[in-house]
Amino acid sequence: MQKSIQKYFVLFALPGLLCFAIAFLVPMVMGVVLSFFKFSTVTDGTFIALENYRRIFINDDFTSALWFTVQFTIVSVITINMGAFFLSLLLTREVKGTNLFRTIFFMPNLIGGIVLGWIWQVIINGVLLKSGVTIVSDPKYGFWGLIVLMNWQNIGYMMVIYIAGIQNIPHDLIEAAQIDGAGKLTMLKSVILPSIMPAITICSFLTLTNGFKLFDQNLALTAGDPGKQTEMLALNIFNTFYGRSGFEGVGQAKAVLFTILVAIIALTQLRLTRSKEVEA
Amino acid sequence: MSIQSQNKRTNTVLVIFLSVLAILFLSPILVVLVNSFKSKLFISNEPFSFPNPDTFAGSENYVSGSQKIKFFNAFGYSLFITVFAVIGISLVTSMLAWYLTRVKSKFTSFAYYLLVFSMIVPFQMVMFTMSKTANMLHLDNPVGIIVLYIGFGAGLGTFMFSGFIKSIPISLEEAAMIDGAGPVKTFFLIVYPMLKSTAITVAILNTMWVWNDYLLPYLTIGTEYKTIPVAIQYLRGGYGAVDMGAMMAMLVLAMIPIILFYIFAQKYIIRGVVAGAVKG
Repeated sequence: MQKSIQKYFVLFALPGLLCFAIAFLVPMVMGVVLSFFKFSTVTDGTFIALENYRRIFINDDFTSALWFTVQFTIVSVITINMGAFFLSLLLTREVKGTNLFRTIFFMPNLIGGIVLGWIWQVIINGVLLKSGVTIVSDPKYGFWGLIVLMNWQNIGYMMVIYIAGIQNIPHDLIEAAQIDGAGKLTMLKSVILPSIMPAITICSFLTLTNGFKLFDQNLALTAGDPGKQTEMLALNIFNTFYGRSGFEGVGQAKAVLFTILVAIIALTQLRLTRSKEVEA
Repeated sequence: MSIQSQNKRTNTVLVIFLSVLAILFLSPILVVLVNSFKSKLFISNEPFSFPNPDTFAGSENYVSGSQKIKFFNAFGYSLFITVFAVIGISLVTSMLAWYLTRVKSKFTSFAYYLLVFSMIVPFQMVMFTMSKTANMLHLDNPVGIIVLYIGFGAGLGTFMFSGFIKSIPISLEEAAMIDGAGPVKTFFLIVYPMLKSTAITVAILNTMWVWNDYLLPYLTIGTEYKTIPVAIQYLRGGYGAVDMGAMMAMLVLAMIPIILFYIFAQKYIIRGVVAGAVKG
């Protein structure tokens, strides 16, 4: 069978692989190579070895974007997952209107990042109006604004994953724990949390990588203002590429570092929480 | 007090709490809706008040906004690109996944891992080289961009389809081939119908991504063909003040299709998200 399928490589595999090569693979290889070149289009490079990488750190905008991104990601991963888990506990109790609540909480997730950013810019500026400031007056407004926005967008998404996890816990497991006299806290710690470890793995993975790679919301909410202080990594790289010419190579070198960082974080996180799944 | 009536009371408290939360969740959208009918000068001064005879602007914001950014053209581009990209991704990646799963060789497993790896690579890594490549290959138009979407969507699509294909017994396909069906017939008559639920999941996840995507269309076709997110961000313009009236109205128009889609496909969307997460 394998051989007869192989004859149809051109029909089955080639279209997908070709699109993949054009959109991702070739640009990826070119990107890595070009990070060692000085260039402004992709065909006019001169080899400069690690010069681009050195120039990343000439000023501290990359490191400050990194620091902002790390802080943002830590806070948002914790708040989104705790909020989503809390809501999923409430919505798996037998109360009226569970489906309606679930529908409402999930909805913001369908709205795109650009639209979300502008919605929250209006709301946050409205709230700050009394104090006579706007969201770009102080980076802390931008930071917490972004946190609120991401919670609003992502809590519902993570919530439906946690709900599915909780609903999959076998009933006899819960009953057995109840007969053994497990209190609510023991139930949560020894029955529910270990059983939904796969949901925790995937939700923390999604929030972690979403947070680290965030771009649209950052652009529409503050665009990095005031003075690049709320600029996250993805936006910093974008601005390096397209902000002024002559820095394309530096942008590409930043992008390579960014990719390595995201890959390390994603793989470490998966390994860490997956190992807990086995224990449970 | 009996346990039952105690339960009833905590449930009432819970429903009230969830209702308040639901209203809070919906309020940002309502604020935008209300403000879209106020004249632009009053949006930043009194964002949380209802329009009164002095501030009411009627449909002015809708008219001026949709003229400024050619909203209905943007809607057309977004719809065209999303529909064909999603169909393309579902078809191309299901065929690719079948080929890579059924043909066992070093090449196919290498291609598979490369595709999976592409899912965690941030877009900034390839955006510059990819948009230059797209430009050189004349893919910088609403038809060509579909090739790029298939390429970027190939990772997730192939991953999810092959996850499912691995779980269906190969004997069914072998039997069909022994009966004289070629690979094309076997795939489209035997395998493809079984992939339906995965295809819905892949389609839902990709619809949410492509419809809301900003950077890819901005970089490749953004100057000539603006999709909705690109058109919205375009309202920010250069350095002048943003016309918040037009912005509010356009945010409302941008959300209407999403909310309609959600109302009609809600069941599939939530199921798709859960299925996507579990397999991810």
